Amino acid sequence: MLGLSVDRLRGDMNRLLALLFHQGVLDEQFLQLQQLQDESSPNFVSEVVNIYFHESEKLLRNLRALLYVLVDREFSEYKKMGIHLNQLMGSSSSIGAKRVRNVCVAFRSASDQNNRAGCIRSLELLEYEYCYLKNKLHELFQIEQQRSLAAAVRYPVLQQRPNHHT
Amino acid sequence: MSALVVDDDKVVRRMHGKLLTQLGFETNAVENGQEAVDLFTSGESYDFVFMDMEMPIMDGTEATQKLREMGVKSTIVGVTSCNQEAEKQAFVEAGLYACLEKPLTRDAISSLLEQVAKK
Repeated sequence: MLGLSVDRLRGDMNRLLALLFHQGVLDEQFLQLQQLQDESSPNFVSEVVNIYFHESEKLLRNLRALLYVLVDREFSEYKKMGIHLNQLMGSSSSIGAKRVRNVCVAFRSASDQNNRAGCIRSLELLEYEYCYLKNKLHELFQIEQQRSLAAAVRYPVLQQRPNHHT
Repeated sequence: MSALVVDDDKVVRRMHGKLLTQLGFETNAVENGQEAVDLFTSGESYDFVFMDMEMPIMDGTEATQKLREMGVKSTIVGVTSCNQEAEKQAFVEAGLYACLEKPLTRDAISSLLEQVAKK
């Protein structure tokens, strides 16, 4: 039964990943990220993704703040938005967050043209895509955690008994 | 071989650092061009520097220029997702060995190492 549970969970993970690739939410760069996880860094993927979430939420807050105090054609604020967007694009590309990255590209284009309405639309879409990505990756990590726990129960580490000689 | 990752993005520093470590480099990472220049000024040196183009405080173009003016002979590789050709050209002319697209991949680094070995 435990074996089926591990296999079932592995299947769930693979199906979820396949869906995310099919939807274009993730691209092959996510596989590159997974390859960086090894024995010396067994939680590397979740650590990096959590850094990404933490940093992205700061950038999204900054973008929202800049956009909603912006008076049209305030060049310096658009320039600041460009800097934040570059960062978000770079980190999104690095983890394979394809759809988030693509929205950043469109947002950057609107920002370069000082197009406030376009920026507002892009920000709304960016927040939507980011939330979707975050929810799906959390789901993936939860399944991975359950799979690891199930595998540990299935293959417990046996304690060596002390050798008593008389 | 040693490598310095220069990037203002935490995610990129972690990932590029780990990738380079897996490929056998001893790696270090800093957040901007000024910190990279300060490291070399303090006497540290690296065989490779992977330099982001757009960073606060000191960007990759200026940092590369300064390092070359200091006589640094490391292989400085630009890493950027920028598609502005004029800016990339200025970055290259500051003294890069090559400019690679962000994010770095195993294949890109392996190919770079082959090119450097032939030099």
